[in-house]
Amino acid sequence: MQLSEIREQIIAGLHQARPDVPDIGGATRIVQDLELDSVAVMDFILSVEDRFDISIPLDRVADIVTVDDLAQVVERLGNAERA
Amino acid sequence: MSIFDKFDHLRQTYDSLGDRAHNPFSVSFDRIESATEGVLGGRRVILLGTNNYLGLTFDQHGIDEAVRAVQTLGTGTTGSRVANGSYAGHGALERDLAAFFGRRHCMVFSTGYQANLGMLSTIVGRGDHLILDSDSHASIYDGARLGHAEVIRFRHSDPDDLYKRLRRLKDVPGSKLIVAEGIYSMLGDVAPLREIAAVKREMGAYLMVDEAHSMGVLGEHGRGLAEAAGVEADVDFIVGTFSKSLGSVGGFCVADLDGFDILRVACRPYMFTASLPPSIIASTRSALQRLDRDKGLRTQLMANATQLHGGLRALGLEVGPHISPVVSVALDEPEVAVRFWNALVEGGVYLNLALPPATPSSRPLLRASVSAAHSPRQIQKAVDLFGEIGRELGILPAEPFVELPRIAVGAV
Repeated sequence: MQLSEIREQIIAGLHQARPDVPDIGGATRIVQDLELDSVAVMDFILSVEDRFDISIPLDRVADIVTVDDLAQVVERLGNAERA
Repeated sequence: MSIFDKFDHLRQTYDSLGDRAHNPFSVSFDRIESATEGVLGGRRVILLGTNNYLGLTFDQHGIDEAVRAVQTLGTGTTGSRVANGSYAGHGALERDLAAFFGRRHCMVFSTGYQANLGMLSTIVGRGDHLILDSDSHASIYDGARLGHAEVIRFRHSDPDDLYKRLRRLKDVPGSKLIVAEGIYSMLGDVAPLREIAAVKREMGAYLMVDEAHSMGVLGEHGRGLAEAAGVEADVDFIVGTFSKSLGSVGGFCVADLDGFDILRVACRPYMFTASLPPSIIASTRSALQRLDRDKGLRTQLMANATQLHGGLRALGLEVGPHISPVVSVALDEPEVAVRFWNALVEGGVYLNLALPPATPSSRPLLRASVSAAHSPRQIQKAVDLFGEIGRELGILPAEPFVELPRIAVGAV
């Protein structure tokens, strides 16, 4: 799956979690800009893992700040699993 | 600019909970009178938030043994077991625990937190995989962070989700260790351990169960959820604590696997900390004997848990899904929860307040823990007070609901 497609799907998921925030993009910071608490972030990451059939190790979750960061991690893990 | 600026957000939240006398996170007892009563701000309160499940903190034999130990062996060991040597009691307690759980090996740690920190940071390493329940205790998460294994989470108490995650790792080399808890400390819910054990067998993983809140509580002999669910043979490591049913402080891990003892010189949270003092070892050994011998304590504990869970549920409050000694009431608004907590203390009942994000589902919890030492009258007083305050705060209607059927922990 292309990075842009992954990003779009993540953004669609975030729109579901925060329907009141109109402009979510690649540079949106998931915790700070969307004001999700740690439980909501964890639920969102679990749903992303299901959507792409991957598991994101916790140390990599810690490095994710923006939507683009998450999309890149998903792309790399997806490719690694297919390899 | 201060080094503490990074805590500004936390400071605001903490300060918003009220001054020292009314802040649920700065409770300081004037004195403790018994396993079930104390004095807080000059007011006598029922202790309903202690994890003192068997009520053994004032057990006379335990006190006598601790006094004898402190008089004959001194107040502390002043060093680690590896560098400064073990006392006879350390080994004796390890043999007692191994025998109690029917396992060959045991290691005792200085706290329950350190038991998880030590085991999880050591037994899996680089190239291995830790698969944690998403609602795991902080000590499990911290142990995972201290070590070098790759850490992933499965949805809380969801064996299908666990299976899916292990399936993704099927052809990946390295040991896989699943971690679950017997009773989860926030809602008192019990893990579906039989199903988790079946996944473990099928996928060839190791399984660790933290029985901190279930030792002395579940199982015919009090060995915890693994015993109650009939899957002890599938559980490779059991960790637990002395600070709940055993009424002191410390932690342990028991196992049957060959080679376990090498951990004594590999596990840093075991090696680089002072060992437990003789008085603690003595009272813990005494409490373990009582736990093993006196099944009536568990019967009374579950009767008390049933009374509190059923009473709060009958009022119309939202309690956890299982009857266990942890009975939590979920509320919606943190501000209301803080007012509720203060009113309970003022009315003579002390319990714990847990606020998100330290709670599952982002909801505040009034968390009670029942003891075998509580009298039915004390429990009833707590239930009545919950009803009174709930109605005052508009959480409950004027008349109580009809009692609903419940799921018993004994059915797991």
